[in-house]
Amino acid sequence: MTETASTSRGGGDVRLSGISKTYGSFHAVKPLDLTVPQGSFFALLGASGCGKTTTLRMIAGLEEPTTGTVFLGDKDVTGLPPYKRPVNTVFQSYALFPHLDIYENVAFGLRRRGIKSVRGQVGEMLDLVQLGDFAKRKPHQLSGGQQQRVAVARALINHPQVLLLDEPLGALDLKLRRQMQLELKRIQTEVGITFIHVTHDQEEAMTMADTVAVMNGGLVEQLGSPADLYENPETTFVANFLGTSNLIEAEVAEIHGDEVVVTAGGAKLRLPAGRCSAPTASGGRLLVGIRPEKISLAHADDAGTIPDGRNRITGRIADSSFIGVSTQYVIDSPVCPEFEVYAQNIERDSRLAPGAEVVLHWNPAHSFGLDAAQDIDAGIETVDEEVS
Amino acid sequence: MTITEAPPAAPATPPEPPVRKASTRKRLVPYWLLLPGILWLLVFFALPMVYQASTSVQTGSLEKGFQVTWHFATYWDALQEYYPQFVRSLLYAGTATILCLLLGYPLAYLIAFKAGRWRNLLLVLVIAPFFTSFLIRTLAWKTILADGGTVVGILDSLHVLDVTSWLGWTEGNRVLATPMAVVCGLTYNFLPFMILPLYTSLERIDGRLHEAAGDLYARPLTTFRKVTFPLSMPGVVSGTLLTFIPASGDYVNAELLGSTDTKMVGSVIQTQFLRVLDYPTAAALSFILMAIVLLMVTFYIRRAGTEDLV
Repeated sequence: MTETASTSRGGGDVRLSGISKTYGSFHAVKPLDLTVPQGSFFALLGASGCGKTTTLRMIAGLEEPTTGTVFLGDKDVTGLPPYKRPVNTVFQSYALFPHLDIYENVAFGLRRRGIKSVRGQVGEMLDLVQLGDFAKRKPHQLSGGQQQRVAVARALINHPQVLLLDEPLGALDLKLRRQMQLELKRIQTEVGITFIHVTHDQEEAMTMADTVAVMNGGLVEQLGSPADLYENPETTFVANFLGTSNLIEAEVAEIHGDEVVVTAGGAKLRLPAGRCSAPTASGGRLLVGIRPEKISLAHADDAGTIPDGRNRITGRIADSSFIGVSTQYVIDSPVCPEFEVYAQNIERDSRLAPGAEVVLHWNPAHSFGLDAAQDIDAGIETVDEEVS
Repeated sequence: MTITEAPPAAPATPPEPPVRKASTRKRLVPYWLLLPGILWLLVFFALPMVYQASTSVQTGSLEKGFQVTWHFATYWDALQEYYPQFVRSLLYAGTATILCLLLGYPLAYLIAFKAGRWRNLLLVLVIAPFFTSFLIRTLAWKTILADGGTVVGILDSLHVLDVTSWLGWTEGNRVLATPMAVVCGLTYNFLPFMILPLYTSLERIDGRLHEAAGDLYARPLTTFRKVTFPLSMPGVVSGTLLTFIPASGDYVNAELLGSTDTKMVGSVIQTQFLRVLDYPTAAALSFILMAIVLLMVTFYIRRAGTEDLV
């Protein structure tokens, strides 16, 4: 998966080599190697306290790494103070200068580098973020979304090699956040600068980034494109943190070429060997994962209509909630106590109500296998914590 | 103001009359809250001012009694006779204010940004001198600056006194009874009034602004010049005012640490009131000082333009 990183031209990559940060006895970031290719939109995703912001601050120079080296292109910038790095940051809650108007806020970086004629560039930049009419206002006269755009403009005007975004949308309400996600993506495509974006919102990371690094406990759990991470999680943390996964504790029964057959709670399930991130051997334990939206639901009376070759599990509907575009079911099954199924609301079967006996079935190719030695609930509670 | 602004009354009661009553009462609340302060100001500020103003235009003597004769010439006479003391007062107070700013700013900065868990202790230490009386502390400076004392001895051996004497701040190898002693006393006594407002406005500055400035290519010194200092202007303005205004009317430091050549207008007023018993002149001097300070402060606040810093 790390190979996605080497597709760039290589000149302006951000390269972290063995970087770590320790506060007293607390390891905020454990030795970490990471390459962010030039021109990419890269997201560091994780729950609070996972070390993502510390990593970002070490790239910015606001935090000195305990060990390791930060390279921008071929240049070692580890020892450089922030004002000497060709890197700019969009801070969480923006940190706009309250005593300067929007124009001067945006011009700040240019002026510090001794550039005298800033008018043209500032105007251009304010147009890029659609704030041309606000130049003479003070930050406190702007709405949250507008301030956020000023913060982006203030950083981008310096044409940094890398733009760092520290939870830039955290202070905005949901609707505005969606809008700004698209806006930031548009800006990134337009200017072509490397963006490194720190967020705890998995949807935000997946919407915006080309490459996502999922961090947990100071380490990168998995790195890849959003679709890749979602479809092929390699750890229970990633499986649970990015969307929802049903994880079934199973025992490997037999292996037929590239197909693994497992048994769980009396059911026989099949999955492709290529999608098992843990070594499989007959008799070994495995966690079989399946995303809720890949599962089809049939009433027990219709069990005969299910095509052959699909994985099947029986259960009873414990709960169902209608959320418009789909209906979310929680199924009580001997295989897995709280099985989640998202069914598209195309044809609603009125028999599928709580208490009904059902058969769950899915294409075996959609299952993935994880190492059973991990905590099956990793990544679940942390998400709840963040929401509350 | 209107019925709509009042919170809805209990739904069961007929809406009109009780709501209106509540809103009238509500409207009066601010005035009731203001009342004690207004009364206090009336009795202890407005009345004495009127009394003083009338005194300043009276003529007469203590034996025959004073009468209001609208004798405005007292102002002119007082200004003519005592203008050196006025100039000196403003000069000493101004110098002390600048010294307070120079001494207080680094200290306030340290407490606000670098002190960590020592912050509260340092703040208590800043206020600690107030636990002793103003007079006692000023008298202590008399001992500190005494002729032949350690401080004077050290300053003399370092040839500092040669320089200050050449500048006219001290005389020979004496510090006491010189302008320098008075300015030192003023600086010392009013320093906390500078530090506290400075600290308050520095402490309010978001630390991320420093990081943001550094991130935008500002070196630490530029960050201070372009971000920290402008944002601390409200503190600078209120600190300098809280120092300059009382210092310009102060007479204790000039009396205890100075000589007849370092008299400030405060001591003149005090002498006129309590020793010479020339009440009209003393009252006129007070009003002149007040007018001068008011003018200077207005001009200063206009120039500093702190109103858009909030």
